Amino acid sequence: MLEKILLNHYEAAAVILSGIGLTNLLLQRNLIKKIIGLNIMDTAVYLFLAAKGYVEGRAAPILIENGSGGWLNSSSLYVNPVPAGLVLTGIVVSVSVTAFALALTLKLYENYGTLNIDEALLKMTEEQEELETTIEEAEEDVLSS
Amino acid sequence: MNEELKLIWKNFFNWVMGNGPRPENEVVPPEPPPDLPFTQKPKDKYSRFHEATLKERYDQWLEIHGLHIFSILYAGLSILTCVVIVALLLATVSELPPFGDENNPANNVVIMRYVENGGDETGAQNIVAGLILDYRAFDTFGESAVLFTAAVSVLMLLGASRRNKKSKQKFLLRPHSLDEPILRGVASLSIPAILMLGCVVVINGHLSPGGGFSGGAILSTALILAANAYGFGRVHEFFNERTFIISSSTALMIYAVSKGYSFFTGANNLHSIIPKGTIGNILSAGLILPLNICVGLIVAGTLYAFYALFSEGDF
Repeated sequence: MLEKILLNHYEAAAVILSGIGLTNLLLQRNLIKKIIGLNIMDTAVYLFLAAKGYVEGRAAPILIENGSGGWLNSSSLYVNPVPAGLVLTGIVVSVSVTAFALALTLKLYENYGTLNIDEALLKMTEEQEELETTIEEAEEDVLSS
Repeated sequence: MNEELKLIWKNFFNWVMGNGPRPENEVVPPEPPPDLPFTQKPKDKYSRFHEATLKERYDQWLEIHGLHIFSILYAGLSILTCVVIVALLLATVSELPPFGDENNPANNVVIMRYVENGGDETGAQNIVAGLILDYRAFDTFGESAVLFTAAVSVLMLLGASRRNKKSKQKFLLRPHSLDEPILRGVASLSIPAILMLGCVVVINGHLSPGGGFSGGAILSTALILAANAYGFGRVHEFFNERTFIISSSTALMIYAVSKGYSFFTGANNLHSIIPKGTIGNILSAGLILPLNICVGLIVAGTLYAFYALFSEGDF
């Protein structure tokens, strides 16, 4: 099994990278580090797709001139062009998601003064409790009057 | 008359050297308050003190609710989950076909079709460009729309509050320039070169590696360098929120209409007025060149918008 994994070492590296990213995503309490973990997982997907598209000894999928005005279009000359398009899609979506997540994180920091998700949640619950007590007091005031 | 001519030349010289007049709405940042020793700093909600107390309060909260065990359990379980997932995936990888073999199931008839007929059908020398901007053009249209939507969402999240808070104090956090002669000199030399490289990568998208996405990213680096060297105010003069929204939505609209026409005529076997051209010429490959330019505009604007909004230079 180890020999087979070494044969597919690019895919194995991609799998391990995605594991590192997932661990980061689960264990880090800092939101910025969580987003970095998400980006590591994205990178693992690009590496996996690029490795699946590679064919030994073939050129990039850009047509080569055959010397007499024509183009060599035999499919045994070029690597797989589909993963390149898929990686492009992945990069664009990951950039968009990262930017949106970072903007939300910035707003959270402006509101709660912390990037730690637990501390922010603590402050949220405290604010909620404060709000509930003020509402109760107001209701009591209304009832007593 | 002579005086006016002199003034014009002086202004032109200043503009060439990057010392032009400041925009009207720029504000010189006030002097920062004197640096207090750490113990005397005010306890506002952004100071380190606040975070320290918040951390202590969080620890107390954990103790009160008896959740320490739960947090340790969470860490252990998440590591276990990740190890199990990685082990399962590695077992899958060991069963995959060998790396780089030409008889892999991924290299099937679809690839043969794309490579052997792609050149004739799309007219693009770069098969990947023909793939993403002709066969699967609606996919790329969706990508551009996703990027534009993300930029607009970030603009809504970060731009609106800034506009309300300090509409008079634009560009406060980044002063009008960093006033670094070395940065300005390097920028004045390299910005034209970067812009030219970006245009070449966009325009040659159907002939060589590159295209709208990578060329747009290169163009946006030129804008970011200009913003850093000469200040956000100078870039704001010719590229601001309004320009970004107008250029990006126009590019998206052109993309949708032209590609919709192309798909409609193609699907109904109608005559299309779009010429294919000969492979290898700069004006070939039908719609791929204009679509690359549209995508490049959107990407350049979006990436600069991200940078400007996140570095608090109002955009």
